[in-house]
Amino acid sequence: MRRVILLTISIFLSYFSLHSSLLEFQIRDFPWDDGKALILEWRLDADSDSLRIQKLDPNGHYVTIYDTTKPSGTIMDDDVQPDEAFQYRLIVYNRATGDSAMVDRSMVPLVQWYNTQKTPLLVMMLLLSGATLYYIIASKRGKEFFIRRINALDSMEEAIGRATEKGKPILFIPGIGDLDDIQTIAGLTILSHLATRAAQFDADIIVPVRFSMVLTAAREVVKEAYTRAERADAYRSDRIFYLTDDQFGYVAGIDGIMVREQPAANFFLGSFYAESLILAETGFSTGAIQTAGTAMPHQIPFFVVACDWTLIGEELFAASAYLSRDAQQLGSLKGHDFGKLLCISLIVVGVILEYAGIHWLSNIFNIG
Amino acid sequence: MKRTIPVIITFVVGMLVIISEFVPHKPFGSIAGTLENWFLIIAGFAIILGVLSLLRMSGHKINSKAPNWQYYLAGIISFSVMVLVGVLWGMRESRGIFGDGENLFNWLGAKPFDYLFNNFFIHLSATMFSLLAFYIASAAYRAFIIRSFESNLLMITAVIIMLGRTSLGNIMTGWLPQNMQFLHLPRIADYIMIYPNSAAQRAIMISAALGVIGSSLRIILGIERSYLGGGN
Repeated sequence: MRRVILLTISIFLSYFSLHSSLLEFQIRDFPWDDGKALILEWRLDADSDSLRIQKLDPNGHYVTIYDTTKPSGTIMDDDVQPDEAFQYRLIVYNRATGDSAMVDRSMVPLVQWYNTQKTPLLVMMLLLSGATLYYIIASKRGKEFFIRRINALDSMEEAIGRATEKGKPILFIPGIGDLDDIQTIAGLTILSHLATRAAQFDADIIVPVRFSMVLTAAREVVKEAYTRAERADAYRSDRIFYLTDDQFGYVAGIDGIMVREQPAANFFLGSFYAESLILAETGFSTGAIQTAGTAMPHQIPFFVVACDWTLIGEELFAASAYLSRDAQQLGSLKGHDFGKLLCISLIVVGVILEYAGIHWLSNIFNIG
Repeated sequence: MKRTIPVIITFVVGMLVIISEFVPHKPFGSIAGTLENWFLIIAGFAIILGVLSLLRMSGHKINSKAPNWQYYLAGIISFSVMVLVGVLWGMRESRGIFGDGENLFNWLGAKPFDYLFNNFFIHLSATMFSLLAFYIASAAYRAFIIRSFESNLLMITAVIIMLGRTSLGNIMTGWLPQNMQFLHLPRIADYIMIYPNSAAQRAIMISAALGVIGSSLRIILGIERSYLGGGN
């Protein structure tokens, strides 16, 4: 009888000691975020062979999300949705004593008014935007900036001249992106300048497009360009047309146009993917002067090989400002240069700090 | 007014999207997603414009018996057939006006739209894509002709990568002793791809990102208006 009483007391005490330590299982909302993370923290004073954290899934089943033997620790669960209650349980088991304990907790992730994780991004954006605005204002006040020559853009006149001399059309491809792609917008801004010059030279311009939204914008751009050149009568809407949404169907259509119409100059300006080389090589085989520009790093080598001129990365976005010769736009290009200087400085300092074993700079930019 | 309203809309929407990046709280947090949905809805309606453009241009070429008008006729027939079978018998899980077309399904082994898509369209697309292999060869031939120091460097690098990425590189240098392993071609190829290649690509990506910021700022502030069709 005495043995039974002692055993009962020892089981009760061990359970109580284990359970009381497990009470330190806390769930906190991740501070200053978009409500998509919770912090789970536990501390256990007793030994355990297994410590498991489970989460209640939408089907009502508990699923293990963390398994450890560590007596204390913190994990982050970023698989949560804002303003929904999430339930967790911590299960601890000690094989030697046969003790186990379980604690339930629940928490609602909250959406905050500011995401502090993105502060480095905000600072960088403010710095770059501030610098660009400063140069735009300075340029507006009459300050002149040196802008390096971009040969690919200078050659545009030559290409139009050649098309005029040969009586052949100019082919313009605004990439295969839709209108929500900034590269397509950059392509259309160049199209505006190109169409104006083509109208002035009385050169024919063909613009096959992949998406209906781009078709509408391209037509408007070319029409206005012809009007600006006082050649509204020469504008032909049927020269800007939709081919197909399909990537390789679009390529096949353009290849056909190149072979049949034999354009004197081809312009590939926008976002391109696997089709870049097919287009550029077909254009090369027809003997056209080719100018390409994209910000897709993997396609640039193909264009460099197959085209006469290539706008690399930022040159595509600088093209419109460069061609317009508008002081404000040219000023904004100096903002790009400031950004480059800032990035180079951060990279150099970052590399030195990393080599020195100091990681705070890389941690700042690790925004997850 | 034709220019001012779009510029104002662009400014307001641009600022909202920027704010939503840093302010996750309602109503800002869901703005970017909502705007993307709006874009998809508008694009859905705009496809009618594209189809009309395609039919109008092809019709004009066929009517005027322009050179190669037969291709445009083939285009219109293909387009019409796909639309017709899609509307009549549907595709995959969706039903058409005449239901699922069980008899045709049993005969073809698929719905007519899916049959045409899988047996014609995919093969034609694959044909276009496979042209890339031949174009890469011709472009590489031109790129690797030794004319200058740079093209020499390019050719040597390309040869190392090509050998290193195939079993030939391993066969050629796999026998090297441990202290000469730095000359192992797959290892050199990996080094080139991981360090110089990644560095150059990241440089282009960083500069392009800066270009995007500058370009976006010009558009949001209304300094750049060429894309609207207007002058600057």
